[in-house]
Order: sequence, then C-alpha cells, then structure tokens
Amino acid sequence: MSEERVVGIDLGTTNSLVAYMQGDEPLVIPGEDGSNLVPSVVAIDPQGQIVVGNLARTLLIETPERAVYSVKRLMGRGVEDIQDELKLFPFRLAEDLQPGEVLRIKLGDKDFTPPEISAFILRQLRRNAERYFGAPVRKAVITVPAYFNDAQRQATKDAGRIAGLEVLRLVNEPTAASLAYGLDKKKNGIIAVYDLGGGTFDISILKLHDGIFEVIATNGDTHLGGDDIDNRLITIALDDIQGDLGMDLRRHAETVQAIRKAVIEAKIRLSSEPEVSLDVTLPGGKPYQRTISREKFIELAEPIFQRTVAPCRQALKDAGLRPEQIEEVVLVGGSTRIPRVRQLVEELFLRVPHSELNPDEVVALGAAVQANILAGGSQATQEMLLLDVTPLSLGIEALGGVVARIIHRNSTIPASATEHFTTGVDGQANVAIHVLQGERELAADCRSLARFDLKGIPPMPAGLPRIEVKFLIDANGILHVSAREQRSGKEAEIEVQPSYGLTDDQVESMILDSFDNAEEDFRRRQVIEARNEANTILAALAKGRSGPGWQQLTSDERKQVEKLEKGLRAVMDGDDYAAMRKAIDALNQGTTNLAELMMDAAVSSALKGKTFEQVDVGEGPSAPHPFAPAEFKTER
Amino acid sequence: MAASQKPSGTSIILNHEESSACWSCGSMRAAHFCNACGKVQPPLPADYFSFFGLPRKLNLDPAVLEREFYQLSRKLHPDLFARSSAEEQGWSLQKSSQLNDAYRTLKDPITRTEYLLKLEGVQLEEQSKTATDQARASGQVKKQVVPPELLEEVFELNMQLEEARMNKKAGDVDQDLARQLAQTRQHLEEKFDALFQELQGYWAEWDTLITRAESGQDTSGERRKVRDTMVGLLNRRSYIRNLVRDVNEVLEG
Repeated sequence: MSEERVVGIDLGTTNSLVAYMQGDEPLVIPGEDGSNLVPSVVAIDPQGQIVVGNLARTLLIETPERAVYSVKRLMGRGVEDIQDELKLFPFRLAEDLQPGEVLRIKLGDKDFTPPEISAFILRQLRRNAERYFGAPVRKAVITVPAYFNDAQRQATKDAGRIAGLEVLRLVNEPTAASLAYGLDKKKNGIIAVYDLGGGTFDISILKLHDGIFEVIATNGDTHLGGDDIDNRLITIALDDIQGDLGMDLRRHAETVQAIRKAVIEAKIRLSSEPEVSLDVTLPGGKPYQRTISREKFIELAEPIFQRTVAPCRQALKDAGLRPEQIEEVVLVGGSTRIPRVRQLVEELFLRVPHSELNPDEVVALGAAVQANILAGGSQATQEMLLLDVTPLSLGIEALGGVVARIIHRNSTIPASATEHFTTGVDGQANVAIHVLQGERELAADCRSLARFDLKGIPPMPAGLPRIEVKFLIDANGILHVSAREQRSGKEAEIEVQPSYGLTDDQVESMILDSFDNAEEDFRRRQVIEARNEANTILAALAKGRSGPGWQQLTSDERKQVEKLEKGLRAVMDGDDYAAMRKAIDALNQGTTNLAELMMDAAVSSALKGKTFEQVDVGEGPSAPHPFAPAEFKTER
Repeated sequence: MAASQKPSGTSIILNHEESSACWSCGSMRAAHFCNACGKVQPPLPADYFSFFGLPRKLNLDPAVLEREFYQLSRKLHPDLFARSSAEEQGWSLQKSSQLNDAYRTLKDPITRTEYLLKLEGVQLEEQSKTATDQARASGQVKKQVVPPELLEEVFELNMQLEEARMNKKAGDVDQDLARQLAQTRQHLEEKFDALFQELQGYWAEWDTLITRAESGQDTSGERRKVRDTMVGLLNRRSYIRNLVRDVNEVLEG
C-alpha cells in the first residue's frame, strides 16, 4: 500500500532541512552531497542558473551581488521594515519598487519576491526528498517562528505553493521542537523551549500531558538572532579597518562577505576556544588581523543576548508561572551553542537546559512528527496532538485610531470572534475594516494585517444594516474573514488587500512561472546528472582497459564493450535524457563481467606480499551512487 | 424525541427541537459525533455550557473541564481531518474554534460569570473590558458610571492623579503624593479581592437555585435578584480595576 508521504520541512534563516518519520523515528533526509543541512542561500551562477545551498554559499563570497541569504528576514515585510538589513546585505532591491509593494530582489537580470526565493530552497529540499524516496513528494508541513505574524505566515505558505507543495500545516518552531523532545522523553510536565536561530527568537511554554502538547504562552522577536551578532561584529571590523587603515569598505560587497565568513567562523570557534584570530585579506592585498577573546565577544554580543530576556519574562507572566515552575528547558537553534546563551537561560529558568537533541535538526524532526500525525499517524504518534496558540492579539481599527482587541494573544487556535458593524451613511454599500496584530493601544503602533472591504450591502438607511463579521484564526495561525448582513441574510463579498503580501492572482502566476521553470530545470538536471554518470562509467572503463581484467575478456566481449562505449559517447553530450539513460544502462550491463574481474584483480594485488593489517583497500572501483536516480512518472 | 437521553462520554445529545439523521450513516444526530458511526457533525448553534454538556452553574471543577477539553480536542482538532473531505475539514475547523472559545471562556471564573450573565440577557457592564473594546469597535464613547459608595474616594483619587500627572509633565516628583497613591492602590487592590470573594458566595446561591429549577421549582424571581447582585459586583470590580490601572500608569508609566 503506497501512502503518499508527507515530509516535515524546517525553512530556516541560515539552514533548511527536510525530514520524515521512518517507523517510530524521525530522520533527516540528506542532500546529494550527503549533508543534512541545506544553507538557505540562493544564487544565480555565471550561466544564469539558479543555485541553492552550499554551491550558492560559495557564489555568495565570489559574486555577492548575485546571491541572497537570510531571505526569511524579508518574508512578509515591507521596504521600511528592512532598512537596517539593507545596509549589510550585498544584494539590491528592484529599482522600480513602489511603496506598499511586495519586495523584489534582483538576482542577475531577473527579480524575485521573498516567497519566490524561499520557493527555490523548498524546491531543492523537495528534490532531495524525491531522490531519496524515488517517488514524488507533494505534501509538506513547514515550520515558522511562533512569533511570525499573519503576513509572514502567509508568505511562507505562498512559498510552499510556488514550490509545488501542498502545505498541510504551518507549525511553530518551538512547538515542533517540543514534539521531537516529547517523542524522545515521553514525560508529562511543563516545559519551556528557548529557540534562538539565525534571524528569529521564540520562547514558548508548553504543558505536556499524555501526548497532548498544549502551548500556554509564547513570545519572541522575529528580528533577533545569530545574524544580528554577526552584523555587530562585521560593523566593528569595518569600523576598525576604517580607523586603522583609513579604508571605508562598507560598500565593497566581496570584502563585507569575506569579513562575514570570518566572523561566523570565529563566533563558532569561540564556543570551544578562549581566543581566536580574525584574518581577512582586504582589496589590494592588505591583511586585516584581529584577535578576539571570548570575553570580548560576550561584551560585544551581550546586548543581543539580553534582548531575549524581556520576551521570556512576558511569556512566564502570560502563563501565570514562576521560573521555578518550569520543569524542563529545551534549547533550539544554532545560536544556543554559545556558552553565554546557555548561562543566560540557566539564570532565567533556574535550571540547566537540555541540549541533547541537535539544535540544528530538532525542529525538522518535530515537523516530521507532525507530518506523520497529519498523514494518519503511526503507533508512535497515535496519542499525540498539538494545541498551539496565536502569538499576537488581533484587533480592528476603530474611530480615533485606537485598536479594539477581538482575539487575545495566547488564545488556543483555531479561535474565532464575531463582531457587528453597521453603516454611517444612507445606502452605503461597502464597509471597510482595517485588521491589525499587536498589543499596543493605537493602530499606528500595531502591525497592519489587511484591509477588508465588505461589499454588496443591500441599500438601507444609515445604522440599520447589521453586518456580522466572523474572524477565524485557523490552525496555521492565519486569519480568515467572512461576513453576512443579518437583516437580508446576504453573504457579503469580501475583497482582501493584504498589507504585506501577495494576492492570490500573483501567487497563481508565480506558480505557473515556476512550473515552466521547474519542468525546464528538472529536465536540464536529469541531463546533467546522466552526463556525470556517463563520465564516471567511462573513466572506470578507461582504468579497466589498462588493467589485467581487460586481458581476461574474450575478443567478442571486448568488441561488445567498445560498441556500447561508442554508443554512449555519441549521445552523452546531447540533450536526450532517455537516449543517455539507455546507453548508460547498456554499458553498465555489458561491463558487469569486466567489473568483477577488476575487483578480483584489485583485491589480489593488494593482498600480495602484505599481511592482513597492511592491506589498504582504498582504491577499488568506485562504489555505486548511494541514491538511485529518481524514477517517477511525470504526471503533471 | 431526544429530550431525555442520558449523556454518555463525549457523545451528548442536546435538547434540540430538530434531531436530524447523521449525514454519514443515517442514525440519530449527536452534538459532536454520531453515536453510531463516530463521524463529526456540522456545528450547531450551542452555548458554551451545552457545548460541554454542562448545566448553567457557576461552580465548576477545572480538572473535569480540562479533561473534557482534551478529550474533545483529540477528536475535533483539524490535524485529525487532514485526509477527510473538505466539508468535514470545514466543520472540524468551526467546531474546534467553538471548543477553544468555550473552554477559554468557561475556564476563567470571571469570564464564565460574565458569559452566563450574558446568556441570562444582561447587557454587558459599562466598565468591563469587553464593553470598552466593543465601544471602540462601534465608535461610541463608553459610559462611565461610578459605583455610589466609591464616589468620594474616586473624586479624591482623581484629583491626586491629576496632580501627579501635572507633576510628571513638569518633571517634578512628589514623594508624599506617590506614597499616598501607592497606599490608595493597595487599598483598592484589597477591595478588588474582597469583591471576588463576595462573588464566589453568590455562585453557590445561583447554583442552588439552578438545582432547584431542575427539579421543577420556579426560581426565576430569586435568580433575577442574584443575577442583578452579581452584575453590580462585577461592575464595581471592573471600575476598581480601571482605577488601579490609572494609578499604575502614573506611578510607573
């Protein structure tokens, strides 16, 4: 029985992962290069091809204006929100960007919105999963920071759609981590999850009870993470360089990226070494060198660590708990490897936090558990259920620019509220509602979510219509609005203008675009992979010809191999994947005998005159590729 | 039909005029799930008490409520309907939001009381937070009614607050005034707690009246009295909370 697989995806600021549940255990699916982490970097190579991951990270250093990193920091945001980021980001925004428009970033001669860029990363993860399973993957659970607002969540969902994935659920990162933790420990109690990642910080307090993971309170800062630590160090280095050498290299993208790389390496090493040296070669060959001690690093980064304290205190307050009442603390996110952060967490919660689960992988593993639950569950997850909350209060703008709160923060979701509106003018056919998220009293201090235009109200004297509007926050934390004029019973037509998001039409056309590109990309990819395989097999054959195995073949066998080789060479530089595949398989088949002979020869020559311990079985024929090429029907 | 069937676990049959058949297997429709085949049912307009199969009583065991909440969540949550029809997914979404709203309201004693009073036809109190938000939402100015026994105190306090605010603007700090205000705040907070205790006393009274009503007695007159008393207590309590908030703003702001 083939059940359609649902994967769990951690779409992180710095790294992304895809995982699934194998039996009772969640596992991360590695990429082609065998690594579990896919750097969340997207670049455009010299040939104009989109590249994701480790390759893109290399391009970021070489051609920084043609790469984007930490795109998560741009999701669901407007130009005015990212002014700080722009100072140190090497990439450019599209020139013709209008105020209020969704951001567009230039990559080569094209431009892309943040959801489209995230979609490239998601597509890479999807490919990794499909290669691993040898089957299509169309459904996923994607994680988001708990403190992400509606626009940021919607942008993530849009990214999933553009990547060809049906996003069954958005799960909050700390909650996902608690799933992985809870699966592992199977205990009841109150836990706190402290999640400090590359760009976002979340603190969630949960009650675990017989498989129910109930979030009691959550807080955080979606603009706080390892990147801020890096940026601080980069700025200091740039100031240093300007002071010492009189060079202002802020606009020199390659140098900034080189400094960034050095700073990140230094930061990581300082978690285990007391002192490191920062070495960067500046343009013109001048070296820049600076020693940083752990103490100095803590001094420089402390303001950033301290910014996590207020959200933690507020979460405890909202939960109605004192720190001693938290029974376990779980650390999530690469930045929690910093010893000073662990110390801070210990001071806040008066106990040693858990760090046995890999802080880079735990969120993806939790997402895989949730994916499993949604796909129908297995023995391990049968009793498990997530009850999450909305992190921000939802309100409506009222007269005088004040906010009337209708759904309070930390309300368990799905949650709803019903409000009644009426008209101010005779015959008024439309009513406009401005919905916001946040805790402040004035609309101007809250985050605008969207404007809803209720249309088609039957003509009536002012004040007579009774429009019932239902606000529903779904299990993803995303708002849905429906309205009905009660006197006439008529459903109002609602036009939504998201403040920081793409309209449905825009997403649809991006899906179509990516579709065409995906077909193209996929085809091109297949051809490239086949060509690589062909090269490998021909190299092995060349080696085999010079060895004793070749001599042992009959003349007929040798002629056959040569014929197949010629056949492969004829098609391998072309574009016809099917022909290439056929030729590769034929040559593989035709050389099985030779391969065996080569193997025997290699073993016996290695053993000749050596004792068993001295045998070096290093150079045998190359092992078959660990992942069989994905074979699936294109059913689009 | 359906009027006197006993509740059994989470399959509760409401005292509803219409009992139609389960859309899936045809048997008697239950509040949340079909008794026979277990399929989720379309949402019914139920008040929060009936949603949980509870009588309209003010004392309730939070542990029992929580257990029921978890049990219903395990069956109604959208995560469990990811592979069901779009229609069932819609129902599960509506019902679980109903469940969460109901649990949130009934869990807290004050919101529980406010909700029950609302069911009993009371217009929400002028000073409550809900009234504030509602007034804002519809663009009206909130009515301010001072509880009579607090009139003098409130007058005095408002003068002190005015003075403190002016001082703040000028950058002055009057330590004596600050101390006085802190003292008043303490006094108000004690009153606030005392009102809650008093309210709890009336819960017991209310519940007794409901029990008597269930056995057929006409307690509507007595209920109205208790209801009005509770409304008064809640009003005063809200008013005092707002005063404390004003003091805090000035002292800490």
